[in-house]
Amino acid sequence: MPQVIGVPKETADGEKRVATVPEVVEKLIKLGFSVKVESGAGDAANCSDDTYRAAGAEVVDGAAKLWAQSDIVFKVCVPTAEEVGLTHAGQTLITFIWPAQNPELMQSLAARKVTVLAIDSLPRMLSRAQKMDALTSQAGVAGYRAVIEAANAFGRFFNGQITAAGKVPPAKVFIAGAGVAGLAAIGTAAGLGAVVRANDTRAEVADQVVSLGGEFVKVDYEEEGSGGGGYAKVMSEGFQQAQREMYAKQAREVDIIITTALIPGKPAPRLITAEMVRSMKPGSVIVDMAAERGGNCELTEPGQAVVKHGVTIVGYTDLASRLAKQSSTLYATNLFRLTEELCKTKDGVINVNMEDDAIRGLTVIKEGSITWPPPAFKLPAPPAAKPAMPAKAPKHGEANAPASGTSTAITFLVAAVLFWFIGAYAPPAFLGHFTVFVLAVFVGYMVVWNVTPALHTPLMSVTNAISSIIAIGALVQVAPPLVVGATTGDRPEAWILGLAVAGIALTCVNMFGGFAVTQRMLEMFRK
Amino acid sequence: MSVTLATVSYIGATILFILSLGGLSNPETSRRGNLYGMIGMTIAVLATVMGPQVTKAGYGWIVGAMAVGAVIGIYAARTVKMTQMPELVALMHSLVGLAAMLVGFANYIDPAAAGVFQGAEKTIHEVEIYIGILIGAVTFSGSIIAFGKLSGKITGKPVLLPGRHLMNLAGLLVVIYFDGVFINTHTVAAGMTPLVVMTLIALLFGIHMVMAIGGADMPVVVSMLNSYSGWAAAATGFMLNNDLLIVTGALVGSSGAILSYIMCRAMNRKFVAVIAGGFGTGGGTPAAKGEGAQPAGEVNPILAAETAELLREAKNVIIVPGYGMAVAQAQHTVFEITKLLRAKGVNVRFGIHPVAGRMPGHMNVLLAEAKVPYDIVFEMDELNEDFPNTDVAMIIGANDIVNPAAQDDPASPIAGMPVLEVWKAKTSVVMKRSMASGYAGVDNPLFYKDNNRMLFGDAKKMLDEVLAALKA
Repeated sequence: MPQVIGVPKETADGEKRVATVPEVVEKLIKLGFSVKVESGAGDAANCSDDTYRAAGAEVVDGAAKLWAQSDIVFKVCVPTAEEVGLTHAGQTLITFIWPAQNPELMQSLAARKVTVLAIDSLPRMLSRAQKMDALTSQAGVAGYRAVIEAANAFGRFFNGQITAAGKVPPAKVFIAGAGVAGLAAIGTAAGLGAVVRANDTRAEVADQVVSLGGEFVKVDYEEEGSGGGGYAKVMSEGFQQAQREMYAKQAREVDIIITTALIPGKPAPRLITAEMVRSMKPGSVIVDMAAERGGNCELTEPGQAVVKHGVTIVGYTDLASRLAKQSSTLYATNLFRLTEELCKTKDGVINVNMEDDAIRGLTVIKEGSITWPPPAFKLPAPPAAKPAMPAKAPKHGEANAPASGTSTAITFLVAAVLFWFIGAYAPPAFLGHFTVFVLAVFVGYMVVWNVTPALHTPLMSVTNAISSIIAIGALVQVAPPLVVGATTGDRPEAWILGLAVAGIALTCVNMFGGFAVTQRMLEMFRK
Repeated sequence: MSVTLATVSYIGATILFILSLGGLSNPETSRRGNLYGMIGMTIAVLATVMGPQVTKAGYGWIVGAMAVGAVIGIYAARTVKMTQMPELVALMHSLVGLAAMLVGFANYIDPAAAGVFQGAEKTIHEVEIYIGILIGAVTFSGSIIAFGKLSGKITGKPVLLPGRHLMNLAGLLVVIYFDGVFINTHTVAAGMTPLVVMTLIALLFGIHMVMAIGGADMPVVVSMLNSYSGWAAAATGFMLNNDLLIVTGALVGSSGAILSYIMCRAMNRKFVAVIAGGFGTGGGTPAAKGEGAQPAGEVNPILAAETAELLREAKNVIIVPGYGMAVAQAQHTVFEITKLLRAKGVNVRFGIHPVAGRMPGHMNVLLAEAKVPYDIVFEMDELNEDFPNTDVAMIIGANDIVNPAAQDDPASPIAGMPVLEVWKAKTSVVMKRSMASGYAGVDNPLFYKDNNRMLFGDAKKMLDEVLAALKA
């Protein structure tokens, strides 16, 4: 009996996202599940009931009915008290929970004997978990939207232009915090043509900032700010002082500030003071992506866009929801990947396998007992000391370096002995041929050394054709003139003739075939 | 034609051969190079036939034999498929080897040829015959085996007999011993026994040597056999006192050897280790399996339509073809896709690993056949640094040449081999029939990387689907 995945309409104010989209419904059904969607669940994200029906889902009227019929519930927002009341024992709920911030919710859910997978508790350092990482996918959408909100509130172009109506300087954007959201914002702002600067306490992200077209602004103070699992940590006082000075300087220079700084389990760090806001140019924009957690800017009003000291401060907490179709699609895919992990047998029944590191981390309540926080997950050791590589691979070109003195000396010594030996014993006629031979070897070496790799095959087939010069050896044996002193009677004419003629025929296959095939290949090489 | 005139013709032919090889090192001059080769060969043959060493009695035989050979050769050259080029080249090498053997025997039983030598000269002449036949026999049997391996008639895996190095050594000692016996015989009939025994040993040695070499090393073997056929010609030249043969043989021999060396360097292998055969067994290193970290994780499969989507969205694409493309005959479809993407403004380039395929330059020939312009075909070193800026790296039927273990895992049997760094691209798509490992028998951690997608199926069929999806 396949389990039923239920997708209710989100009840939070202004929430436009939905936990699954029609494209993903099809994939869930392929995994063996049946899918029920509350009527109107996807309306705000441009997914009508009809499209869900077309994808194979059943549309159910009313939340109560849907919750009652579902074995598994997919949600986006933290469930309300009302929704907790709709759960039933044995049900599995997959949604954002934030267990650290919502202890009462955890208690009430546990009392309902449900299993809860908190998508926000995913162990992100597992590379296998990336495909399920909804925090990342939603942060990326939010980062993009933050730039769009900034552009909306900003009175000028982002890109610099020189027009008949005068010169427009490019907007200068400063992005505080280069996490997923920050990087998405950097990419978006750079794509619009702005001059983008960014800062982060984790020095290792500098390359990522640059790769997206931003400029990394360093804080003039030495301290490493990388905490566990790719998050930042709280910095020392000395560092914060230097950081404030840098922010104050940026505030005076730039037109737009987007702040994304968050530290897990702590209020958002205050990066932009009222003083800095006052120092900004009139018409400037601040987008505070940390508004929900108190804001990076002192003057942020969460959920609102306000104008203070001539600066628009955008504190929307629903940036991802404002791009509902996109964020829903990504979130739905994250949940689908999670479902795949839960249902490896593809028979429409999930198995919450607590042996699996990723699933263990996600599961915050298992059949009514709280399993959060998970036991310390053994972090993959940072690649501290790389094992010493045995002999680095020679780079191209190094092989051309002159050989070491000793090996050269040995080579020359051996060659000298060999030459002396030949010189001492070989007859003069042989030496003539030998001279020619050695010189020809060197000519071949010089001529071929610089061949382009593309022509290796034609070169080989032409040398192959040329090696049929051996035909000459056969030719001279077919019917040589009589040598004085040798009588015709001694000569096994038939044998020699046979061997020679066979030799000629064989080499001619090679000679004609080789040149012809080379010609055919070379015809194909063209610019 | 007088002796001097023939000699002068030979010098002319020699110069033309050198120009021919020189011309072949650059695509611009390559066609002229081939032409020089043909002219040189014509001059050499005509000068010999008209020269003092051939009497009119032989003309009929010569013309007849040449006509037969020419017809077969041109027919083969016209009909061969470009993907079968390695086989054809290997087969042709065997013909040269066989011819060298025949000429050697013919020369030995001809009393007119040997009669003029006395003392040390006679000894040297006999050693020359002996060596000429030896090299010819090794080239012949080795090339036949190489042909069998390349055409799939014989297993591509190295066949390693126990104590094979000792067997080779023993063979060598026997050959040297019979050389001594051979030189000390005074009649043709008596000398024939050691000569035939040696020939048999040489034939076996050729078979044994190439059997022990794995399919991945075939480019080296083919060019090495090419080199052997040259040395065989040079040895014949010594035997017949013919400078043209010596020079040409030496040219071919040394150029083949250089080519083998270039191939070996591209694989970061020692030439001796390749010739000694096997993979990773040459220097007593442990066998491939079990050593080195086994990559773990899971693969992300992808469909042809999704691949087309990726390609359409990309700005920079690098295609890395391998032997799989040759097997599936997919080069034309690849170029169709390339044309379509280029028309959409996508920057498509080809990255060729020096040992991709089964013959030096194999991929270039196939791409050229499909009319891919050679200025978008790049060598590994030319574009390896561009992968981080590449949106999609499409790997068609290649495995070992894109294996990150060569750089990351010092215990890997292919450690240190230069590879195309496809995993640095934003997304890499590997087209492969299954998860089987490549010729080196090494698992490929690339398949398990997060930014890698696997498109399973026959390369031609999958690419056709990608093309259809792109056109839609």
